[in-house]
Amino acid sequence: MAQPLTFVLSVPETPEDHGPEPSPYDESEVHDSFYQLIQEQSQWVAEEGLELQQREPGPPETPGSGHQTLLGPEDPLVHSTATLRILASMPSRTIEKRFLLVKELQGLPVAQRDHVLRGMPLGLAEKRCLREESRTLTRKRRGRRGRRGLLPCCGRLRDACVLALHSLGLGLLSGLHALMPWRYALKRIGGQFGSSVLSYFLFLKTLLAFNALLLLPLLAFLVGVQAAFPPPASPGAVPAFTGLELLTGAGRFTHTVMYYGYYSNTTLNQPCVPPLDGGQCSREADGLPYNMPLAYLFTVGVAFFITCITLVYSMSHSFGESYRVGSTAGVHAVTVFCSWDHKVTQKRASRVQHDNIRTHLKELLAEWQLRQVPRSLCGRLRQVAVLGLVWLLCLGTALGCTVAVYAFSELMIKSPVSTEQEGALLALPTVVCVLNLGAPYLYRCLAALERHDSPVLEVYVAICRNLILKMVILGILCYHWLGRRVGVLKEQCWENFVGQELYRLMVLDFIFVLLDTLFGELVWRLISEKKLKREKPEFDIAGNVLELIYGQTLTWLGVLFSPLLPAIQIIKLLCLFYIKKTSLMANCQAPRRPWLASHMSTVFVSLLCFPSFLGAAVFLCYAVWQVRPSSTCGPFRTLDTMYEAGKVWVRRLEQAGPSVSWVPWIHRYLVENTFPVYLVSALLLAVIYLNIQVVKGQRRVMYLLKEQISNEGEDKIFLINKLHSVYERKERRAGRTQEAEQLAGDLDTW
Amino acid sequence: MGGSGSRLSKELLAEYQVRGTPVPGEFARGPALASGVPGRAAGRVRPPGGPLNPSRFAFQELTFLTKQEILLAHKRFCELLPQEHRSVEESLQIRVSLEQILSLPELKANPFKERICRVFSTSPARDSLSFEDFLDLLSVFSDTATPDIKSHYAFRIFDFDDDGTLNREDLSQLVNCLTGQGEDTRLSASEMKQLIDNILEESDIDRDGTINLSEFQHVISRSPDFASSFKIVL
Repeated sequence: MAQPLTFVLSVPETPEDHGPEPSPYDESEVHDSFYQLIQEQSQWVAEEGLELQQREPGPPETPGSGHQTLLGPEDPLVHSTATLRILASMPSRTIEKRFLLVKELQGLPVAQRDHVLRGMPLGLAEKRCLREESRTLTRKRRGRRGRRGLLPCCGRLRDACVLALHSLGLGLLSGLHALMPWRYALKRIGGQFGSSVLSYFLFLKTLLAFNALLLLPLLAFLVGVQAAFPPPASPGAVPAFTGLELLTGAGRFTHTVMYYGYYSNTTLNQPCVPPLDGGQCSREADGLPYNMPLAYLFTVGVAFFITCITLVYSMSHSFGESYRVGSTAGVHAVTVFCSWDHKVTQKRASRVQHDNIRTHLKELLAEWQLRQVPRSLCGRLRQVAVLGLVWLLCLGTALGCTVAVYAFSELMIKSPVSTEQEGALLALPTVVCVLNLGAPYLYRCLAALERHDSPVLEVYVAICRNLILKMVILGILCYHWLGRRVGVLKEQCWENFVGQELYRLMVLDFIFVLLDTLFGELVWRLISEKKLKREKPEFDIAGNVLELIYGQTLTWLGVLFSPLLPAIQIIKLLCLFYIKKTSLMANCQAPRRPWLASHMSTVFVSLLCFPSFLGAAVFLCYAVWQVRPSSTCGPFRTLDTMYEAGKVWVRRLEQAGPSVSWVPWIHRYLVENTFPVYLVSALLLAVIYLNIQVVKGQRRVMYLLKEQISNEGEDKIFLINKLHSVYERKERRAGRTQEAEQLAGDLDTW
Repeated sequence: MGGSGSRLSKELLAEYQVRGTPVPGEFARGPALASGVPGRAAGRVRPPGGPLNPSRFAFQELTFLTKQEILLAHKRFCELLPQEHRSVEESLQIRVSLEQILSLPELKANPFKERICRVFSTSPARDSLSFEDFLDLLSVFSDTATPDIKSHYAFRIFDFDDDGTLNREDLSQLVNCLTGQGEDTRLSASEMKQLIDNILEESDIDRDGTINLSEFQHVISRSPDFASSFKIVL
């Protein structure tokens, strides 16, 4: 009886072979031995009649005995267990070997050693063993080398410094970790609703940080200083405080540090010039002179610049984390491997996740089926027609809203408001807020008409439409302020008016968001549960995030005219966090649509940067460069444009002397000259082009590598099949010769 | 009896002497504890009394957890132990059965909870977790763990038959875990087959019918959401 052959792989044993498994370092040896094996077997096939040599069982990494099944060349995909085990134990699997590991660890400094150990997929006990072994070996080696005087001292000192810095860094991190506000609340939200809803609240936290960053320089250099040196009291009685000021921002609040008009246009705390008749100065001149107009211009400019840098940095960071070359392919595998959110801890939420994933998988399969069957020309034309119609309707709605706002604003100009009827000032902001709230519902109804292939595209399209609406309305309002109001309010303080308008818009926006939360979520949940017997309403992530972006745009638009606006935005965001959290917990469920949370965070930050911040920056630049400031109030009273304050200062520096002459030089050749702008734009375009080419190249390389790996896999399968067939032939021959011998022996005995 | 940890114990002893700290005394196995298997070899040092000091056992240096997280983990682990075994030294040697770990609220609703516990368990029968295994688990699922190590352990968790690759049976079990355990929540046979075909088509680069670790890590690297969803926070 032929014994079942053990098909073993003979890997030449290396002297350091401690572990039971091969390592990537042995790969070339394994390949070589494979090749050698095939050569030998082919030789035996060629020289028939050679006895079968039983190979000794090799080192334990080889696969166990597997009974050979008959494998024909027509059945390459059905592998025997032995084949599978060979393939499974090929060195391309990442398996580490202990001794080599320890050697590697010794070559590293202590801090890095711990870092490397931490990233190894081993148990704590094994890691500790490795650590101890690498330490003892290092100590032995050091002992062997003997003392070298200064060098061990330096090494120990350096290690101690590195360790100290490391522990300081860790301590700081853990301290920051403990300081993070709302940690428990965010954990509950993530546990109950998943990462997608959590991304909204994280975005809210980011906005809080931006506003705090914006507020600090304004408080320090503008509000604080002006409050310490109040201007002479304005003529006329100070109006009494009525509750309406909180809504309109006018009245009692007008002549306070809240608005542009309060700030003086002189140099504060200037050392007084003694009068010509030789008298004494009445005041002690011991402080620094503080040029208020210059400070105003520079502080607002620098605050915006810092915000711009931070925004661009966070956008590029988030983009770098979420974008992967070739990430659109392989959606089934990515969904199955990556979509379970382990943060979810509640049973009900877990069930919701199961349902979502199942629905998503079914949708993916349906999409895939659809793509296999290409749609007919008729169907595609119909889809394009419906899409075009819906877009037309949406853009028409946006245009209609814009025209309505324009007409209403013209009406407000024609009928001026007296000081007693300040409540009428709330009319325009109310109209704007109602349009901002109502139009998205209309868009949602229209979107039900069209049918997109992918649900993610629907979300992006909805965001696009809402954004267009909001930006267009804000654009028309900006034209109304800078184009019309400046002309109408010639002798009065138009900057104060613009600041107050923005304050009103912010406050009313907050009130309407509260109302929307109340009716949209609470009342809708009561209705849908009692009357319609449907599930709780979904938390509309896109709509809420756009609301946040809109509010932030208002803040950035108004900073020049009302330096305390970021503080109001901070209070608004804090209230919004708690209100939205309470409403979410009580009334909503997680959205059913699949959300790529990290992609959406990137999209949110990009939307914050591009239409929102860029628009505000353009508005600010226009206001500073082109518009004539009012002549009765504010720090730029006597100037033609706000920017002139800077120009005046530069001219004064030119006369001051050679030590500061580089500032006027920079101003003349870099800021006022247009050549540097062109140069910087050209450089930027070149960098973008290079990056695009690099990404293209990477894609090509990935494609080629994948082809190579697939070819190698086919080679492996071919070789293994060939070896199988060679062994089978030998078995059959051995069986036949044994039978022949037996027959001969029987004949002999006869 | 020093047991199998004697060589390592000697080295630890040597290190204490170099550092100048007083030798903690005889190395001995803890008394046979009723509710668990006596602990494993490495690091079996009798700690001084009092609350757990993470730096004593290099927990902070060898895991991705902060000191607060380690202390919190120790507190939660001790809550699973019976009252009389909650001292520091016993808690570091005792092993907790799988059912008790699965009763933790952070794991209760997770469909992969059994696989997770089995992957991190170091007992021979893979049915109990020591405190160090528990720390390993939390470290891999923590905020600061690298995506590399997360994907490595995710592969081991998804490998239901522990053969080093994800074959069709592993994938179908995985999909069933994801869609829910009830009969009516599973995908139909044809959908399952189609899904697994698609997955293998997309991720099996060397066309051997199974997904190995490198191919798995390649798929994971395409998803930036993986690191944030593969998190468990106590």
